Amino acid sequence: MSALQGSPVVKMRDIQPELRRLQRRAFLRQGVSLGGLALLTGCDLSTSTGVDAALKSILRFDDRVQAALFSGRRLAQTYPPSAVTRPFRFNAYYAQWQVRGIPDSWRLEVAGSVSEKAPWTIPALRALPQVEQITRHICIEGWSQIGRWSGVPLRALLQRIGADLRAPFVSFRCFDGYSTSIDMASALHPQTILTLDFDGQPLTPEWGAPVRLRIPTKLGFKSAKNLQAIEVTHVFSGGYWEDQGYDWFSGV
Amino acid sequence: MNVPPHCQPNLVAHSATIRFLHWVWVYAIGCMVFSGWQIYNASPSLPFIFPRWSGLGGWLGGALAWHFSAMWLLAVDGMAYVAYGFLSGHFRRDFGIPTARAVARDMRSALTFRLGHRIGHYNAVQRLLYLGVIGALVLQVVTGLAIWKPVQLGALVGLFGGYPIARNIHLATMFLIVSFIIVHLVLVAIFPRTLVSMIVGISAEPERRT
Repeated sequence: MSALQGSPVVKMRDIQPELRRLQRRAFLRQGVSLGGLALLTGCDLSTSTGVDAALKSILRFDDRVQAALFSGRRLAQTYPPSAVTRPFRFNAYYAQWQVRGIPDSWRLEVAGSVSEKAPWTIPALRALPQVEQITRHICIEGWSQIGRWSGVPLRALLQRIGADLRAPFVSFRCFDGYSTSIDMASALHPQTILTLDFDGQPLTPEWGAPVRLRIPTKLGFKSAKNLQAIEVTHVFSGGYWEDQGYDWFSGV
Repeated sequence: MNVPPHCQPNLVAHSATIRFLHWVWVYAIGCMVFSGWQIYNASPSLPFIFPRWSGLGGWLGGALAWHFSAMWLLAVDGMAYVAYGFLSGHFRRDFGIPTARAVARDMRSALTFRLGHRIGHYNAVQRLLYLGVIGALVLQVVTGLAIWKPVQLGALVGLFGGYPIARNIHLATMFLIVSFIIVHLVLVAIFPRTLVSMIVGISAEPERRT
């Protein structure tokens, strides 16, 4: 031990910048997901130190403030058809040429605290009540566009499958590798819809076919495309961007 | 003789409270401005970006974390400042709205480099600038709230003409605040004793009758 201390093989100051970079990446990956977990369980997960830990805990506090500001009855502004942005901007965590087609034998899986776990087909979803909205999609980057979406209110599906509406989270997994999760209050908001049509046409893969989430009370990255599975859960599951440091609640 | 309290020689020009709130403010506004530049750069609404080295947070997620953290410091510091300003009489004494005539007179002297500076006393141009930057900060907080919560605070964003316009007003107001800071720093460089006063506190200079 003393020999090691006397002649260190690696000097601390040589690796300090790299170490700091790795720690920062660790925060970006785990940061908010740990934050959200602590929000749920009340655990104190101060695994990283210094500024990152401080920012993380403040984001956790921000999430609570945002949940308090959220009202299940307050609606996002709707616009006339003439206000729709055309062409609409493609946005994903990958380039447009990497858009995935719908897998063969695709079904929308439902899981977690639900009493009917049978998967759903598109015709079955179309048989549920449909709503249309023309709302503003606001990206976390700051740009925004007005689009027209229609489909099944998520609330209707959750009620239909006997979901435990007291579960705190609804989590979404996508076949393009994306994922996200939202709070139950937002999931039950009347404008939160499982979208089947975009601008009057059935979704194409680039716009999230065969079914996507559209949630105008949250930032754009929460409206996950290309859904594979919906889970009603008591376990915080973060999401693709949330795990890298985007604020989990991301309400607007 | 009836000497106003701030002109009594023993009274410090900048009280310990003001000095503390000022430096907290410097930190909070620095965090807000530089993280704000990084956020803007993620998707510029105008055909320019801020220098990449000047951003705070490393990337959009980090910058937003800084922005949505420092906003609390800014808000608490701002509210403490407003409360102190009213309760201590600082606003009433020093930031009374100057008359147009006084502004014209002091502005003329300032532009011809003849405007004197007396620590602890606010001339008409200073009053105008400080009132202006306080107004800009309030506008910045309000537009910031509007674009943070355009649905939950929908009435607010409507007041500014919708989300995209509110976002650009937020950007423009940032430029107003930064312009104030630049003028402020130049004036501090010209009258360095004000810096000493803001750090350790020095007596207000008595009025010279010439």
